[in-house]
Amino acid sequence: MDLKQQRRRNTVITLVLALGSLVIIQALIMAKVIRSYQMVTISTICINIILAAGLNLVTGFTGQFSLGHAGFMAIGAYACAIFTLRDGSLVSFALGVIAGAVLAAICGILIGIPTLRLKGDYLAIATLGFAEIIRIFAQNLTITGGAAGLSNIPKFTNWPMLWAFTVITLLLIVAFIHSSHGRACIAIREDEIAAESMGINTTKYKVMAFAIGAFFAGIGGALYASTFYILKPTTFGFMKSIDILMVVVLGGMGSMTGTVIAAAVLAIITMLLQSFSELRMVLYAVMLVAIMLFRPQGLMGDRELGVPEFLKKRLKKAPKAE
Amino acid sequence: MDQFLQQVVNGLSLGSIYALIALGYTMVYGIIKLINFAHGDIYMLGAYIGFAVVTIGGLGFFPALIIAMVLCAVIGIVTERIAYKPLRNSPRITLLITAIGVSFFMEYIMVYFVGANVRAFPDVLPKTQYRLGSIVINLQQIVIILTTIALMVLLQFIVHKTKIGKAMRAVSADRDAAELMGVKVDRTISATFAIGSALAGAGGVLVGIFYNSINPLMGMMPGLKAFVAAVFGGIGIIPGAMIGGVSIGVIETMVSGYGSSMYKDAVVFAILILVLIFKPSGLLGKNTREKV
Amino acid sequence: MALLTVKNLTKSFGGLTAVSDVNMKIDEGELVGLIGPNGAGKTTLFNLLTGVYEPTHGEVILNTHGKERQIQGKKPYNICGEGIARTFQNIRLFKELSVLDNVRIAMHQRVGYTMFPDAFLHTPKYVREEERMIKEAEELLDIFELSHKKNEKAKNLPYGEQRHLEIVRAMATKPDLLLLDEPAAGMNPNETAVLTSTIAQLRRDFGLTILLIEHDMSLVMNVCERIYVLNYGQMLAHGTPEEIQNNKQVIEAYLGEER
Repeated sequence: MDLKQQRRRNTVITLVLALGSLVIIQALIMAKVIRSYQMVTISTICINIILAAGLNLVTGFTGQFSLGHAGFMAIGAYACAIFTLRDGSLVSFALGVIAGAVLAAICGILIGIPTLRLKGDYLAIATLGFAEIIRIFAQNLTITGGAAGLSNIPKFTNWPMLWAFTVITLLLIVAFIHSSHGRACIAIREDEIAAESMGINTTKYKVMAFAIGAFFAGIGGALYASTFYILKPTTFGFMKSIDILMVVVLGGMGSMTGTVIAAAVLAIITMLLQSFSELRMVLYAVMLVAIMLFRPQGLMGDRELGVPEFLKKRLKKAPKAE
Repeated sequence: MDQFLQQVVNGLSLGSIYALIALGYTMVYGIIKLINFAHGDIYMLGAYIGFAVVTIGGLGFFPALIIAMVLCAVIGIVTERIAYKPLRNSPRITLLITAIGVSFFMEYIMVYFVGANVRAFPDVLPKTQYRLGSIVINLQQIVIILTTIALMVLLQFIVHKTKIGKAMRAVSADRDAAELMGVKVDRTISATFAIGSALAGAGGVLVGIFYNSINPLMGMMPGLKAFVAAVFGGIGIIPGAMIGGVSIGVIETMVSGYGSSMYKDAVVFAILILVLIFKPSGLLGKNTREKV
Repeated sequence: MALLTVKNLTKSFGGLTAVSDVNMKIDEGELVGLIGPNGAGKTTLFNLLTGVYEPTHGEVILNTHGKERQIQGKKPYNICGEGIARTFQNIRLFKELSVLDNVRIAMHQRVGYTMFPDAFLHTPKYVREEERMIKEAEELLDIFELSHKKNEKAKNLPYGEQRHLEIVRAMATKPDLLLLDEPAAGMNPNETAVLTSTIAQLRRDFGLTILLIEHDMSLVMNVCERIYVLNYGQMLAHGTPEEIQNNKQVIEAYLGEER
């Protein structure tokens, strides 16, 4: 099958799935089956997909271990909140999202250039340090409302909007991965020295992946601010970074469909465990350790789930049976 | 000048506690290349064990210290056996995430059983203050510093003069070669966890008497800062952890004393990042490079 | 002026001088061998030429397409862009990726589309370029009869084919000078013979200049026009295969001095 055909078929299937989810959930909302309580979970899923898709690009595809994604999310969230609190128009919301994403990407570049020379756990700790610094600033600056944070942030997000942001994020990141530039990132994960010797400016692509990840974290943060209308600096601590990492790891590092599935599974588990508030965290911890012990590659490994894959297997099996 | 010396004294006692925790990080990292995120929580458990011994057992400072050290050593060994040993040949990221999971587990199992609220640590030492000129040193600070020094001397003795210490150094230099030479690797790793955790347990009791308050999440920040201390001194190097711990303690009290205490944590993390960028091997570390 | 000129190249690691005062000249179209006992500094020399290590001092001058420039101390990806490609002694393929992706990654510097908008939006330009890259990659894979395995993961190839894929990957960067680090390591005599003729063919078809490190003397003596011998980081001798085979110092270095 040639490239064009494959692309066309994938596009059709993606469109069907994406539009299907939009229509079905919208219908359920209009039929009042999904109420504001469930809508919180659905919003969380969308925002976590956006955050985790960016982190997956950095950690799963480029192989750079970041424990500071919540920092970039915080930048987007505060930027959007500050814009919309000044002037509650849709225009200022749009500007807030853009400003948050761009600001986060710029911070990603500034943080990435010095730290991405580090490897493995050193990089993880450096990014953790940066995220903590961002949080401490949010906690102490007046513009971010100090330790009390910001509240009464105007709400602009609704299901179709969250849906659109999620789908566009996924399409853009998946498209990037399937380009020469995306392959350059994956080559870095596979073997940095070989990648460099084959002409890939590894520093540039690491910083690029970091910036793209931060950009989408900024968008995720902005949507978070607008959806939950309260921001507290403690929200963006180490724990939040782990939450996002957990989505990536559970889904499988290097699998975008895995990220989508894991974001949904985790949000639903969280919703179901809501009534056991304290035990919830214990179970969360046990789950984290158990996944690492028994299925460290996550649900999907680095494979992608897709109808084409499934059909391909069917087609391969058929001739053998003859 | 007096204020400066006072800050140094305060910094030394805080730094001693960081150093005790940092030692565990550095020893474990040296031997299995794991950033044991749960180490800060072992220190928290040490504080709770000390608390239980004093309030329920009605015993004094030294029994509390010893019992906390012993129980923390056991917890350290058990954690390693259950969570880390099966992953010894896994990618580092898997181990790191597991350690984060273990850390959350310890924190929230304690929240579940003892509640999230802060408890007041009973006074086990008299509140005596000594004056040296205009500097005030209280008995707690003296006990913390002396206990830390004693434990470090003991640790140096174990690492350099005993058979298990020699095994630890061998495994940390080259695990496979050590195994071929007949070193019992599993036992050595257990011993490392035991010693590191005992030191953290001691740190927990000491911080209990120093700050008088304990809670299940108290291990997070000092754990991270002790890790910064270990990196600052050169991770995997025991004297580095001591120097790093004391330095971070002093720097932190200086920032609180002369700058703004709001930003003291930010300064510690900024130091971490600067060290990682300019001398990732730390103050006492040597650079290594990948063979092509 | 020679295609590659190495002048007084030296690399020390702390107290150890791995490559010491090495001089070399390789003319365009030549096939030159680099031999020497284990630990003589051959791979270190490759790492210096390809920018993996920065030399302590000395010069590396490349002269291609009528341009002469110093390349010592440049980054590996820049040196790749200057037209030097390499393979690795201990295979360094992108193991989890397909054979095709391994080759396409090496074409990255010549990709004709931009990150934004082409890569993000898969514009018609992206499609055209990707199709071109796949076609070129298949042509290169055909040299070693690997194109039918283009969708397999690199790690699933047999050892010999992994070595071949390393060469194809290096070729995909369109080099003027190809550095092969023990291409025949671990191969049996038959496989080595096939490799020997393929290397000769590569050089003819692509007008390549090749420098190769090899321990298999049948390969070196058969295809190389000139040989450099490195010992203890120093250039011990150079000359034609016959001269080297009869060089007393070289024999001593390999067999040990008689006392």
